[in-house]
Amino acid sequence: MKKTIFSILFFPFVAIAAEGGYPLDPSPHDPRDLVSLQAGARTFVNYCLGCHGAQYVRYQSLTAIGLTETQIRDHLMFTADKIGEPVRNTISAKEGKQWFGVAPPDLSVIARSRGADWLYTYLRSFYRDPKAATGWNNAVFPNVGMPHALWMLQGERRLEVAAPEGGHGHLQYKWSELSKGALSTTEYDATVRDLVNFLVYVGEPHAASRRATGVLTLFVLGVLFVLAYLLKKEYWKDVK
Amino acid sequence: MAAQLRALWGWFDARMPSVAEQWKIHAAAYYAPKNFNFWYFFGSLAMLVLGIQIVSGIFLTMNYKPDAALAFGSVEYIMRDVPGGWLLRYIHSTGASAFFIVVYLHMFRGLLYGSYKQPRELVWIFGVLIYLTLMGEAFFGYLLPWGQMSYWGAQVIVNLFGTVPVIGPDLALWIRGDYVVSDATLNRFFALHVIAFPLVLLGLVVAHILALHDVGSNNPDGVEIKKVKGPDGHPLDGIPFHPYYTVKDIMGAVLFLAVFCFILFFVPEVGGYFLEYNNFIPADPLKTPPHIAPVWYFTPYYSILRAVPPLFHSQFPGVLAMGIATLILFFLPWLDRSPVKSIRYRGTLYKSALAMFVVVFLVLGYLGTEPTTVWGQFGFDAFFLDTKDVATWVARVCTVLYFAFFFLMPWYTARDEVKPVPERVTA
Repeated sequence: MKKTIFSILFFPFVAIAAEGGYPLDPSPHDPRDLVSLQAGARTFVNYCLGCHGAQYVRYQSLTAIGLTETQIRDHLMFTADKIGEPVRNTISAKEGKQWFGVAPPDLSVIARSRGADWLYTYLRSFYRDPKAATGWNNAVFPNVGMPHALWMLQGERRLEVAAPEGGHGHLQYKWSELSKGALSTTEYDATVRDLVNFLVYVGEPHAASRRATGVLTLFVLGVLFVLAYLLKKEYWKDVK
Repeated sequence: MAAQLRALWGWFDARMPSVAEQWKIHAAAYYAPKNFNFWYFFGSLAMLVLGIQIVSGIFLTMNYKPDAALAFGSVEYIMRDVPGGWLLRYIHSTGASAFFIVVYLHMFRGLLYGSYKQPRELVWIFGVLIYLTLMGEAFFGYLLPWGQMSYWGAQVIVNLFGTVPVIGPDLALWIRGDYVVSDATLNRFFALHVIAFPLVLLGLVVAHILALHDVGSNNPDGVEIKKVKGPDGHPLDGIPFHPYYTVKDIMGAVLFLAVFCFILFFVPEVGGYFLEYNNFIPADPLKTPPHIAPVWYFTPYYSILRAVPPLFHSQFPGVLAMGIATLILFFLPWLDRSPVKSIRYRGTLYKSALAMFVVVFLVLGYLGTEPTTVWGQFGFDAFFLDTKDVATWVARVCTVLYFAFFFLMPWYTARDEVKPVPERVTA
């Protein structure tokens, strides 16, 4: 009974599905993989930073993913003069709104609001759509304002959506290739994985030290509990 | 050294003997029943969480900016650039939910063992006031991160006041200080969150404990231990709070902190329940999110609000139902007509009513976190179906049962077949 109440209060299970939309692929990112994080940082500054900033992240903080300050200055710092400055984008919100209909959102905590699976699937689900203003559409985010920034890498694809057989169940998605990109499908997926890894990292840069502190804290509390239990037992010996 | 300390204490005690006196009244010579069980940890735990929230809150205030243009960024600044800032923030966000968990369990203990019954009505009333103040405190605090859920949650709640007939719109305007939730709202909510409500909360906690220590604690058997006293004038079934319950509560506190820290360090968002995902999107007054859900601790009442159909295009009936659902708690001591306090000696009627109430409360709580379409729609049509959402109808049934638990209480508690209550507490 007590256990049930606790589990209900703490973990009221709900499947947060894609709300009946395009099924999300589980993101294979690994926050301990520094090489992947650095590759993700490179992709981010080369392909995202033109329109999207990450204004709560400072360039200097990227030393935490194994880069030296010189490396950051020489290869990543395109939008700042000093290494302590935030990762700003190059276009203003007003320009963004004029070009895309909405200002491109800041990506500092995008992985926390969208989730890694969503990002991983979204960045791999663009398709050519002549009806869209940018010529691009997305299976995960229909009628998105953003064009496919990585299309040179992935190539162009087409999507056909068919009603489910018998009228029930999920929609049927059929992808086909229109032109080849610079990368193979496996290479492209790996690039997106690295980028998502980086976005998850900047979403909560202290996540790793949080978990490490947690292990230590729980160990100390465990020892403390044994002492507290023995103390209580000793005092309560004479209560009949 | 020890002798000097003793001399210092002697000097102090000679000039202010009331400190030692109060310690005796409230700890060393406060006789508490010796049969407290697991459910009796949550009172002291609630005080622990209050302390945690005040201390972490003070340090957060040093770095937070109550300004619509800066608030969201200052929280991220705390999470990234302030040394240990992420820890402070997670302590505070986990603490908010932990506070409600502990308080809900503490209140449920009252329902289990009839702790609100005569002579502890005032203890209960102060407790309900604490609960209501805590809801206000949590509501004001939730606006401060200035995310989408902060913003639109506040918008929805303040609009509830706008549904009050005649004075509603002016009332909502007065609360917001603007025509929409804005910088002015953020500033006043900040003031209320960091000083006004914490002060009220502290005062009420003092009143709650003073009232409790005047009448003495109830226990799982619901017998008055003061009725049977030993030759020394102390209750035979009582033991001094200090050291017995201080050491026991320390043990409980460590266990609680272990659970608390597990959440804080490993799953601080608790799947979107303690920290909502959408609240990592900065507040945008021009973009209403498709699904606005309050934080889990408000969702039972949010469900009641949504379940009540509007009358003459006004949501006021729902708001009224929600208000009554919380305020009815004040009347519990007089709604319960049972001659016994503890569930141990109550009959099937109360036991089933309480079990049903727990289920109903949890179902309402769950439904409040989800869109009303979560359980799909009825496949048929009928004239009385104003909505075909299954979840809305389940919430309606649960709302009726929620109120039935209270309104029918005088009837079923008076009719219930109770067992004889022993003279002394059982082991």
